[in-house]
Amino acid sequence: MSKSTMTRRGVLKTGAVAGAGVALPTIFTASSAAAYTNEPTGGSVTLGFNVPQTGPYADEGADELRAYELAVEHLNGGGDGGMMNTFSSKELQGNGILGKKVEFVTGDTQTKSDAARASAKSMIEKDGAVMITGGSSSGVAIAVQGLCQEAGVIFMAGLTHSNDTTGKDKKANGFRHFFNGYMSGAALAPVLKNLYGTDRNAYHLTADYTWGWTQEESIAAATEALGWNTVNKVRTPLAATDFSSYIAPVLNSGADVLVLNHYGGNMVNSLTNAVQFGLREKIVNGKQFEIVVPLYSRLMAKGAGENVKGIHGSTNWHWSLQDDASKAFVKSFGTKYGFPPSQAAHTVYCQTLLYADACQRAGTFNPCGVAEALEGYEFDGLGNGKTLYRAEDHQCFKDVLVVRGKENPTSEFDLLEVVEVTPAAQVTYAPDHPMFAGGELGSCNPGA
Amino acid sequence: MLGLNKKDTSLMIVVIILTMFAPFILNPFPVDSAMAQFNAGYPDLMQRFVIFGIFAIGFNILFGLTGYLSFGHAAFLGIGSYSVVWMYKLLDYNVIYGLPLAVLTAGIFAVAIGYVSLRRSGIYFSILTLAFAQMSFNLAYSVLTPITNGETGLQVYNNDPQVLLGANEATSPHLFGIVMNNSFKLDVGAWQFTFNNGYYFCALVMLLVFYLSIRIFRSPFGLMLRAVKSNQNRLSYTGLNPRPYTLAAFVISGMYAGLAGGLMASMDPLAGAERMQWTASGEVVLMTILGGTGTLIGPVLGAGFIKYFENIFSKINDTILHQWFSFLPDGLEDAVVFIIHPFIGKGWHLTLGILFMLVVIFLPGGLVEGGQRIGKWIKSRGKSEDSDSGATTEPAE
Amino acid sequence: MDALILQILNGLDKGSAYALIALGLTLIFGTLGVVNFAHGAIFMIGAFCAVTLSKILNLSYETIDPNQTDFLGNPLKVKTPYVESWFGPEIGASLIDWAVPLAIIFSIPIMLAVGYIMERGLIKHFYKREHADQILVTFGLAIVLQEIIKYFYGANPIQTPSPDALSGVANVGAVFGMDIVYPVWRIVYFCFAAVIIAAVFSFLQFTTFGMVVRAGMADRETVGLLGIDIDRRFTIMFGIAAAVAGLAGVMYTPINSPNYHMGMDFLVLSFVVVVVGGMGSLPGAVLAGFMLGILESFASMNAIKSLIPGIDQIIIYVVAIIILLTRPRGLMGRKGVMEE
Repeated sequence: MSKSTMTRRGVLKTGAVAGAGVALPTIFTASSAAAYTNEPTGGSVTLGFNVPQTGPYADEGADELRAYELAVEHLNGGGDGGMMNTFSSKELQGNGILGKKVEFVTGDTQTKSDAARASAKSMIEKDGAVMITGGSSSGVAIAVQGLCQEAGVIFMAGLTHSNDTTGKDKKANGFRHFFNGYMSGAALAPVLKNLYGTDRNAYHLTADYTWGWTQEESIAAATEALGWNTVNKVRTPLAATDFSSYIAPVLNSGADVLVLNHYGGNMVNSLTNAVQFGLREKIVNGKQFEIVVPLYSRLMAKGAGENVKGIHGSTNWHWSLQDDASKAFVKSFGTKYGFPPSQAAHTVYCQTLLYADACQRAGTFNPCGVAEALEGYEFDGLGNGKTLYRAEDHQCFKDVLVVRGKENPTSEFDLLEVVEVTPAAQVTYAPDHPMFAGGELGSCNPGA
Repeated sequence: MLGLNKKDTSLMIVVIILTMFAPFILNPFPVDSAMAQFNAGYPDLMQRFVIFGIFAIGFNILFGLTGYLSFGHAAFLGIGSYSVVWMYKLLDYNVIYGLPLAVLTAGIFAVAIGYVSLRRSGIYFSILTLAFAQMSFNLAYSVLTPITNGETGLQVYNNDPQVLLGANEATSPHLFGIVMNNSFKLDVGAWQFTFNNGYYFCALVMLLVFYLSIRIFRSPFGLMLRAVKSNQNRLSYTGLNPRPYTLAAFVISGMYAGLAGGLMASMDPLAGAERMQWTASGEVVLMTILGGTGTLIGPVLGAGFIKYFENIFSKINDTILHQWFSFLPDGLEDAVVFIIHPFIGKGWHLTLGILFMLVVIFLPGGLVEGGQRIGKWIKSRGKSEDSDSGATTEPAE
Repeated sequence: MDALILQILNGLDKGSAYALIALGLTLIFGTLGVVNFAHGAIFMIGAFCAVTLSKILNLSYETIDPNQTDFLGNPLKVKTPYVESWFGPEIGASLIDWAVPLAIIFSIPIMLAVGYIMERGLIKHFYKREHADQILVTFGLAIVLQEIIKYFYGANPIQTPSPDALSGVANVGAVFGMDIVYPVWRIVYFCFAAVIIAAVFSFLQFTTFGMVVRAGMADRETVGLLGIDIDRRFTIMFGIAAAVAGLAGVMYTPINSPNYHMGMDFLVLSFVVVVVGGMGSLPGAVLAGFMLGILESFASMNAIKSLIPGIDQIIIYVVAIIILLTRPRGLMGRKGVMEE
């Protein structure tokens, strides 16, 4: 046997490949073998799409999932390429990421932090996902972002609007393309000033949880800077379905503007109730009473139907934008699914492309390399104009849309019209702004 | 053995074997095969199986023995989790400080809530416990945010005191340096098995509390609790006051829930308020009934059943279905996928709902009864075909 | 003072929904002794009867308008509802406008059928089973029903407006020389609830059928011994309970846009209402419904909220605890019902 060319390693390899009969165990701990968590070794790379599939935001989650599938199709060279053609970076070749075919797994966040983390963990532990993305609420985004930081994978946030996501709870492995409460306030304030003047009394109804509070704080600060007076800020329970008892006190409060810091089902119900109580026909202090919904979602606006007409708010993106990138995205999404994409679909599509592009530029899937490639990255051609991924807090800075519920919609999707595109410079804030203070980005964690 | 009779000893041994070899048992399919989707042997889900098993075992001590149906046990789960995370924030990541505190705080809350709620029985009791739990949840989500961090969930920040944190200490939950997240992977041919520290820690705790629950079931105290269930009036007429016994059962099961909540935070250092919502309380009720109320092993089976569907079925999507059925002709493949589509992914609730109904309609005793029927069937077959072979497995109770 | 009256009105309105659902639940408890966790789902199905009718009335054919384009730049397809082309634009439009009130007629037979099928097909096999089994099976049914609705209608709320004529506000204070405006549809809802409640009570009080049912609720066995087929009557009562909840759902749609999980949102609350009212007591359920509705509205007033922060989040549960501790069987409960 001394002349045998067989090495121990060779035996192990053959054993593992053959696999039949006597299986030879190879033993290693998770930490020693790979350079970072879930390093893709085969010809494919797995991404984890973690969206709400049950519960009140299920439709929004379904739209996100459609956009993800479209993005994967485009990354792998299928379809018409969508925004890959308009994206300012030309690194992506349509052959997957770094030559590896993109595969994906899906999960259900149920819009609960616990369930979202369980689902993300199974993607990381079982399916070997190297990036997690998605979600439709800030609580979930922050919880999953924290998990990804601990596990050493990249988190590309979906729809999350709370200041905390890139403020108090920011993490080195987490990135947000969506805008936030501060930006809504900064974008809305000048428009509100032009429309309603500087002498107004605002009454806030706020969903009683962290996202609601940060938005209330942001909007109140922005409008008070205009000279508006804040009459009252009232917190409403998350579980509330009938807001009549919160709307009724508005009638005699002397306020002439009602700000609804609600999202989703809460927004639909509070807006519907406010209109029922005749607030829109009311004249207070000689001025027409107005309602403002700072964060609009077209999917949810549909639930409020006629009631959104003429009501102002802000949004991250809208399908009626006429730049080449938006048109390309609407075309490929609309051709595939038969209706225009929502802002949630747009933001997750962008996030997937941005992640893929960052891997390509970094030449690795290592979270630290990817994070470095994303930090301070300036790009264009994803539907929001020139955009910066700021290094200090991993927040995207881009134009914000101020929209209004359309008076004469031509179709069931045509609910909002863009009133103004607020330039990015106007919504930019310092990384140490008090509304975002308190957290630390930390350093990137590659796991392993 | 250890004060258990023969039947209980064999049950205990079966449970020990099942939990210790769970990484093998739950990963029956090779990693790259299409069936790998059904593998449940990854750390997070295995941990959840045993943690919710503990929760359900504890719940069963109250509901299974005394018949008092609490709809608010999730409150104790949440309290346990918050206690542990607070210990991380104040001291350090060693779970040894948090877990006893979790059991203790849950116990204190259970004494208070139990004392008040047990003044009523039947559905009045259920609603009282529900009211307390919903109050805890609503306040934790909003007004108590300084303590609970509200919607986001309580988590550890870099600027927390963590006074005991050593220089080289792990920055995730651990027990004297054994880090819960760490796993050991074993590749055998096409299979991969994961052995996770956290899972084995939870499993050992579960075996301990499972043993404890057997002892409670078989003790004079357990007998007294059963007497409460069968006829409380008669018990009173004999001059015994049932209240201290039911309160003790309530507190014990609350402490089990606190322990489960503490373990959840020990595996994953975040405590979300949803843990206290009525849906979470309802879930443990369903687990217990589904598995088999009043049986020892039933609640654990029920917990595994529900968690398996939540985590495995919700992750199957159309792409995976197309992979499975790609061997079929195109038209047929689409048809099959179309039929299965409503039941997987976003439809996992539907599948679960249907299974609830089927189990309760056809197996009145829960999953345990199903096990018993299969056991009997095997036995009777074995007897008719070969009367000598007695090598059948004892049905779990 | 105005503020107080407004909140009482709000409370009566919320209370109407609670009372109607709780009334149905109590009918089922009282007659059949079944804990029905699917009752919220029945309320939801009622609401979706209205949604469905309005969808049917809005069924349209498409004509291509070359002058307008859709979001992809193709010629826009203009939809015209069939009813408008059949009955002429005006009658058609008003039919669509009155979809919700029309749905009342349409939903009664459907809800009776839903109740009948549920009782005969599933619930009847569970009379002799433990309450725990009843909870599990009806909860499973509730999930299945709501998932079916979600499959066809999606998860987002669907707007179903009230008729234009009933959608504005009315000055209800004018009678007393005060200026209190309140939405017309909410007044309609309250009146509707009052009529339904009165109808159910007089049906039980003044008809022979009702008398037998009441006797059966008090002592089922004796009534059975008298040779009366009490089971059949109870089945019908189940259908009526379903219809009451369903009608509550139909009329509720303009107040809040219905979605597939609205039943679950109401389920827990309506159980609290039933228990606070006292098991097996119909007047108790109605009384507790209105009482909790009004207290909930009061608790959300700013003056009270600033006194006790977060009180509006927990008021219902606080009241439930206080009442159950001071009155062992709720407001008007009977001894021995569901106390085991």
